[in-house]
Amino acid sequence: MKLLWELYRSFFMIGAMTFGGGYAMLPMLEREIVNKHKWGTQEELLDYFAIGQCTPGIIAVNTATFVGHKVKGVAGGIAATLGVVSPSLVIITVIAMVLENFMDIVWVQNAFAGIRVAVCALILSSVLKMGKSNIKKYWHAAFAVAAFIVVALFNMTPVYVVVACAVLSFIFGKKVKKA
Amino acid sequence: MMTLLTLCWEFFKTGLFAVGGGLATLPFLTQMQQKFQWFTAEELGNMIAIGESTPGPIGVNMATYVGYTTCGIAGAVLATLSLVLPSLIVILVIAKALDKYKSNPLIQNMFAFMRPAVTGLIAAAGFAVLKIALFKDAVLSFQSIDWVAVALFAVMVFLTQWKKLKKLHPIAFIALGAVIGIVLGM
Repeated sequence: MKLLWELYRSFFMIGAMTFGGGYAMLPMLEREIVNKHKWGTQEELLDYFAIGQCTPGIIAVNTATFVGHKVKGVAGGIAATLGVVSPSLVIITVIAMVLENFMDIVWVQNAFAGIRVAVCALILSSVLKMGKSNIKKYWHAAFAVAAFIVVALFNMTPVYVVVACAVLSFIFGKKVKKA
Repeated sequence: MMTLLTLCWEFFKTGLFAVGGGLATLPFLTQMQQKFQWFTAEELGNMIAIGESTPGPIGVNMATYVGYTTCGIAGAVLATLSLVLPSLIVILVIAKALDKYKSNPLIQNMFAFMRPAVTGLIAAAGFAVLKIALFKDAVLSFQSIDWVAVALFAVMVFLTQWKKLKKLHPIAFIALGAVIGIVLGM
């Protein structure tokens, strides 16, 4: 029961501090899951992202379910999922209730402009860390750069990238391992 | 009551078929708007703005907002849970299967191929935020560079990479960003 509460609390924090959707939660996830609670490794987080990308639902929620399940089975999955959606539920309901034109308030806009810049720096620092541990060969770098280009510059959906990697792994998997 | 049930069903469907994260729910919401007129197209625009800039996954924020505006607090709670339910079930099933086949070389190979690519995907997500944060109206041109934001970004990158501060919780940097944004009137 205590573990379930811990899961709920950690993911509540993650949900409350995720600005800008799915991947933006990575710095928070690393901090809470990998460093603080040691519930999983960086590699596992990437695997969850890959799966979450091509299964239905929101990536942040999918990742929460995965981590929760790993820590404490089905109940853990449910606790983590409820944790990650709770802050939105409260914050958005309050905004919808109290403030008709929340986004028109000048200082709110200014705060969000500052937050977005901070989030950029945080994501960059996560990417650097991920790169260090996951990009060790030339073809790793080629994959990362190709994925970045097709999604960031050509607006391709990330689903295709993940599926393409899976297909390539079935075709070339053995060769790479031998080489 | 009927509206509440329809609301749940519509968001359940969205959660089941929206593959690829937050903004993938958008086409479903547009459809909902045209079919049920629970909210206007303009309200949907506001919802996206709020959903994108408040904390939390965008898809969840949208479900809560639409649920609240159509059916009050009960609507907000039920729409959100309906959206989450399909992926909760799907992921629990996959997680169970993954436990079983984790050591399978095919699966391990697959993840070895995916990890570098996902690193690239995260960089792409960061780039999307960067466009909005550092360029006016998210237009990538020299004229629309927001120099104040660029300067703040440089400082933030330095702070997050500085050894003494590296251990600081991400929340600290986010709070700092908010304060600086208000003080500078960004």
